This record gives sequence, structure tokens and C-alpha cells, in this order.
Amino acid sequence: MSTTTTDLQDEIDALGKSHDNHHHGPEKGVMRWIKTTNHKDIGTLYLWFAFIMLLTGGAMAMVIRAELFQPGLQLVEPQFFNQMTTLHGLIMVFGAIMPAFVGLANWQIPLMIGAKDMALPRMNNWSFWILPFAGAMLLSTLFMKGGGPAFGWTFYAPLSTTFAPDSTDFFIFAIHMLGFSSIMGAINVIATILNMRAPGMKLMDMPLFVWTWLITAFLLIAAMPVLAGAVTMMLTDRNFGTSFFDAAGGGDPVMFQHIFWFFGHPEVYIMILPAFGVVSQIIPTFARKPLFGYSSMVYATASIALLSFVVWAHHMFLTGMPVAGQMYFMYATIMISVPTGVKVFNWVTTMWRGSLSFETPMLWAVAFVILFTIGGFSGLMLGIAPADIQYHDTYFVVAHFHYVLVTGALFSIIAAVFYWLPKWCGRMYNQKLAKIHFWWAVISVNILFFPQHFLGLAGMPRRIPDYSLQFADFNMISSIGGFVFGASFLLLTYIIVDCIRNGERVKEPRVWPSAKGLEWTIPTPAPYHTFDKPPGKELILAESSHTGAH
Amino acid sequence: MQSRQEYYVPHGSYWPIMGSIGMFSLLGGFASSLHGNTIGTVAMILGFGVIIFMVFGWIGQVIHESEEGDYNLQVDNSFRMGMGWFIFSEVMFFAAFFGALFYARELSVPWLGGAGNNAFTNAVLWPDFKSVWPLLNMPDNSNFSVPKGIIHAWEIPAINTLVLLTSGATLTWAHWALMNKNRNQLIAGLALTIMLGIIFLGLQISEYFEAYQHLNLKLSSGIYGSTFFLLTGFHGLHVTLGTIMLTVILMRAIRGHFNKERHFGFEAVAWYWHFVDVVWLLLFIVVYWL
Repeated sequence: MSTTTTDLQDEIDALGKSHDNHHHGPEKGVMRWIKTTNHKDIGTLYLWFAFIMLLTGGAMAMVIRAELFQPGLQLVEPQFFNQMTTLHGLIMVFGAIMPAFVGLANWQIPLMIGAKDMALPRMNNWSFWILPFAGAMLLSTLFMKGGGPAFGWTFYAPLSTTFAPDSTDFFIFAIHMLGFSSIMGAINVIATILNMRAPGMKLMDMPLFVWTWLITAFLLIAAMPVLAGAVTMMLTDRNFGTSFFDAAGGGDPVMFQHIFWFFGHPEVYIMILPAFGVVSQIIPTFARKPLFGYSSMVYATASIALLSFVVWAHHMFLTGMPVAGQMYFMYATIMISVPTGVKVFNWVTTMWRGSLSFETPMLWAVAFVILFTIGGFSGLMLGIAPADIQYHDTYFVVAHFHYVLVTGALFSIIAAVFYWLPKWCGRMYNQKLAKIHFWWAVISVNILFFPQHFLGLAGMPRRIPDYSLQFADFNMISSIGGFVFGASFLLLTYIIVDCIRNGERVKEPRVWPSAKGLEWTIPTPAPYHTFDKPPGKELILAESSHTGAH
Repeated sequence: MQSRQEYYVPHGSYWPIMGSIGMFSLLGGFASSLHGNTIGTVAMILGFGVIIFMVFGWIGQVIHESEEGDYNLQVDNSFRMGMGWFIFSEVMFFAAFFGALFYARELSVPWLGGAGNNAFTNAVLWPDFKSVWPLLNMPDNSNFSVPKGIIHAWEIPAINTLVLLTSGATLTWAHWALMNKNRNQLIAGLALTIMLGIIFLGLQISEYFEAYQHLNLKLSSGIYGSTFFLLTGFHGLHVTLGTIMLTVILMRAIRGHFNKERHFGFEAVAWYWHFVDVVWLLLFIVVYWL
């Protein structure tokens, strides 16, 4: 036993030495970032882009909450308010959450499967470098005549066709570019996972973050082209006389909703499955136990992904559909809670009787489990067709999807950054400050979103800049929570920049002593090139977080 | 061809950023030109040029690296997976338009005509509207080009079906030649396939000409024209791309590229061609025939 451990230690040491024998290092200057084919560079680019978009979309959220601070029209024109809700949603979904997860995938997947890089490195660069151009095109609409898109992030026809400003065509092409980038990124992830694993790593040896990304990539390739089709039909309806969404020509505006949500429902799992993966990496580390129910986690993820394609019309219960359709979509939707429940129970069972410690990533992961579950429960309520008649298009929906996307997806991204940042840059952040930031954010985010459940149940509609007087108190509380939560991101920025520039140096390969996984066998900070020689079978099994090797 | 042992990770490259700039210029320019901005048209054309330059430069570099022996079998496998999943994404793109056609034929047009429990829809909106397919009279004809007829399946489309099916066969014949190291037959097979692709496109253009000039069947002919032209149009665009790609493969074959073991470029284009073929069969059945 001890010899084996020594052998593995030798292999880990060798990994630290072998990285620079024939490789060129990074180029100097800005061209390094523009030309790079290195998965770590590209991951970093994705993460910074996502962070900038997060702050941009967050600033728009602040405008929304400021306007809603008191009843009556206070600060902005209703038309501008609508542009803010629209672009806030689009930027957070396509600019912040999705690119952040692709950034994490770029950094982590090759490290976690023992690959030297992504499978198609030049295409990887292109996937990223489309994003700033697409983001610029999307944001430029705000400065055009007639203003930016103001029809909500779901851009239903005919608001987005007959009654939309000229800038909508720029929005359409921005969506095309974002989709193109996502599809190429997803193809790269699948090829990397299926083709680049270290020899000897079976699919069921893969860490869950890799599994969840494999399934997410499949969802992206299946769903994003449908969105491209939807915006293409919008484009031709607007400019070339087609009538896909115009009943006068035999089309139907409702058809837009069907096509959109055929993309849109898988899209919500695109934004949450990698989050499940992150949390499934972090909890075993700080519970010091292998992940409970690894294979059930894999199968649950796959079930959620498949079900996500056959439940789309639960977004449309009030649009009008036959009762049989309502019943089918209701039951199919509620069925998703079974695999999701499997996941939540597995996380809780992993923590059960573990020797828990609450370092910053663990705090975020535990908060994820609790708060995401709240969002899941309100989702169940919305999935019940008769109840949805009351909840539809109210602040209850807003509260629901912000619980799953902010305290779900975004929290997991923050958890992942606090978990892997020391490995990436070889420095530890100020842990005390990070914990203060956690409590600041987790309390304020609940002040922000929890009252919105009550507002919605009482009937306050979403996407309206004004409201009746009886909604005033909860709106003010929510806005105060919003400003405090928004300000917490200034502290987050400081913590991350301070870590990268002045953080205490970390040399241990295994930054968290209880962590398992191939990414913890390479030196800290991660060298520019890793795994020129793939790790051996023994090391793979020893680092597998679910084989009971703890 | 001696290929290197380890997985090839290319050095930094300008092609991707050039592609992004080209794409931004093409699409941004297109959007501006739609609103009467002439500078937009210029930007669109420039962007298109940049993209063409980028595609040929990038692919050219890949071909060069391939011929230098930079790619081992694992790299080859990455390319295969990349092409396979790309074709799957294309399938889903076409699925959106086939879905729209299905929705119009099975749901929205019958509903407008009062089918199911929609009698009131018909009575209130357009009481004179009758649900028929092909839909030549829209619920409200005033904003649309009313077609006098449609393209019938057993005329040009049937010939085109034969042409494309034959092209699939000639391409497979070329593939056999490659496997049997018969270069002349490989070149002949590819050339025949390209010729059939061009014949298909020529017939398709004449069909569009017929539709626009004689039948008044246009993009603006309601949901029939919309689905007809977008489905066949995107298909035609894919045939065009496929023909260009086949031409590149032909030129490579003439230069002596590809052998029995290593010919991913050939296979990728063949997969693409067969995919376009299958889409056409579906189109022929649900757009033209039924």
C-alpha cells in the first residue's frame, strides 16, 4: 500500500517537472489573448467576459429595482424600463451565466480528465472571440433610433416582429452569433470528453462536473439551432414578407412560443446542469466523504436532460391549448422533480455524518443546495396547470427563476471560482473577507427575491414599471435587498483582484487537502501546459472522488 | 505519411479573430442595410469577403498541417466527432423549419378554418377563410402575393430527387475508388458528383424563376410561400456549400491527397453531402408531394 502511494506521489512530482521540455510558453502582450489556443487562457477570457457582462446586466437590474422602489413612475420612461428588463435577461442568460460555465469547462475539463488541451483548440478560440462582438452588437441596440429591444427576453411575436424597433434586426444577428459560439463550444466539449480522456479513464470514472458538461453540451447542440431557426423566421417575417407568425397569412404567433420554448426549456437546464456538477465536486471535498450515489447522479442528469425536451409548453398554459395538452405538459414537468430530488438527496446524504468544514466554496455550495431547492419547489407550484393560471406572468415567476438562476446557477459559479481560483493563480484569497462577502450576499439576495413570492401571489404583474399601492412595502424591501446584493459584487471584485495580485502564495498541488481529482495532482499554480503525458490508471482511480478511495 | 505521436495542439492563430470581425461586419452591415443604410451594404460585402478569406486560409492551414503529418489518429477522431455533431446541429436547425411546416399544416391553418373547437376563431376573424393545403388563399390576401399555383412534385422536383440520389451513388463510387487506390475513378466520381450538384442547383434556380415569374409564388405568399422558400432555400444553400466543399476535395484528390487509411476531409464532405440528400428526400415528401 505504501509503495503504491509513493509511486503515485512520484507520478504527481513528475507531472510537475515534465511541462516545459518542448513547449513554447505564452506569447507576450495582448496578442497572447487574441491568438491563444490554450484552454487555460481561453477559460480565463470566458470568465472575465462573463464577469463584465454580469456587472453590466447587474447595473440594469439596479435601474429596474430603483424604478420599482416606490409606486408611480419615478426615474425612467416605461419604454426604457422595458429595454432594461429585456437586456438584463438576455445579457445574464447569454452573456454571463452561459459563458461563465463554458469558461469553467475550458479550465477544468482537460485538467479533470488528464488531457493536454481541448480537442479542437483553434475552434475553441473562435467560440470565445465571437462573444465580445455579439455582446457589442446586442448592447449597441440601446443607442439606436427607437431604442433597444423592449419585448422581454422571450421576444414573443408579434411584439418582436410587427411592433418592434428597427434595432431588433441587430438583436437577431447578435443571437445568431451567440448561438454559433455556443454550438462550437459545445462540440468542442463533447469531442474533448469523448476523445481526450486519459487512457484508462472510463466514462463512469469521470468527475461529475465532466459528466454534467457532457450532457449540457448535448443539450446545447440540440437546442441552440432551434433558436437560430426561430430568430431567422423573425428576421424574414420582419423584412422579407413571410408570415410564420402572422395569422393573416396562415401562420400563428403562438407558433413562435412553441419554437421558442422548445429551445427555452432545455436552455434552463443548460444553465443549471453544470451547476449541479460544480456542487457535486465541492460537497464531497468538504464533507470528506465520497459523493453519495455517483451513478444515480449520472442517470438523474441524463433523465433531466431528456425530459427537458418534452415539457416546453408548461411556459404557455395561459396561451391556450387543449386540456389534454395541459395535462400532459403538467405531468411531464412534475416528473422532472424525481431526478432532481435524487440529486438533492444525494448531496444531503453526502454531507450526512461527514466531517464537515465550511470553507468559502462549501458555504456557497450549501447555500446552493438550500436556495436552489426553494426555487425548485416554486417551480413545482408553477408546473401545476390550474395553479399557474394564478401565478402566470406575476412576480412569483420572477422570484422562482431568480432563485434557480441567481442562488442556483450564479452561486455555483461563485462557489467554483472560490474552489478552483487558488489552483489557477497559485494564490489564496482573503478567506475571512470571502466569508463576510458570502453572508452579505446570501442574506441580501433573500431580502431581494423572497418578498417577490408574496408580491406575485398577491397578483403583481412582471415587466411593468408601476404598481398598485398595496405592493409598495414588499417592493421597497426587495429593492433595498437588491441594492445591498448589487453592492456585494464590488466586494467580490475586490476579493478576486486582490487574490490575483497580492494573495498569499499557495504551492501545494492539493490546495484543499481533502479534495480528490486529477486537477489537484498538477502543480499549483497550474502550469501553462499540463498532462503532456496522460496520468496512469492507478492515479486516475486513486483520484476518483466516488470509488471510496477517501 | 509519418504522423507525430502526441496530440497536436496548434500554435496561436489569427484566423478566429478574423472570422469574428468578418461575421460582425457581415451581420451588422446586413442589419443596417435592411434599414436603408448604404454603408451597411458596403460593410456586409466587406465582411463576406473577410469570411471567405478566413475560411480558405483556415482550412488551407488545416490541410497543410494534415499533409505535413501533424495529425495522429486521435486528432482525426476529434475532427470526426466535430463534423458529426455539427451535422446534428444542422439537423436541429432544419427541424425548426420542418416543425413550422407541420404546425401550419396540422394546426394553425385548420384552426383558422374553424377545426376542432375553433369555430369561433373562424367566425370572428376571417369567416370566409377555408382551410386547404396548399394554401393559395390566405385568411387576408391584401398584404400578400396570392399565388396562381404551386410547383408540382412530379416535375422538376422529381428530376432533382433523381439527380441528388444519383450524386449520392457517384460519391460512394468515388469512396470505393479511394479504398481500392484507384485515383482516376476517385477523381471521376467526385467530378460527376459536383456536376450533378450543379445540375440540381440549376434546376432549383429555374424552379424559383418559374415560381416568381409565372406562378406569383413568393416568400410573401403567406405561410405556404414562407415554408416553401425557407425550407428549399436553406437546402439549396447547403447544396451550394456542399458543392464548393466537394470542389476542394476534388482539387485535393487531383493533387494526390488522401489515402486508404487517412481521408477524413473526404469523409466529412461525404457525410455532409448525404445529410443534404436526406433533407432533400424529406423536403420532397412533405413540401412537394404530400
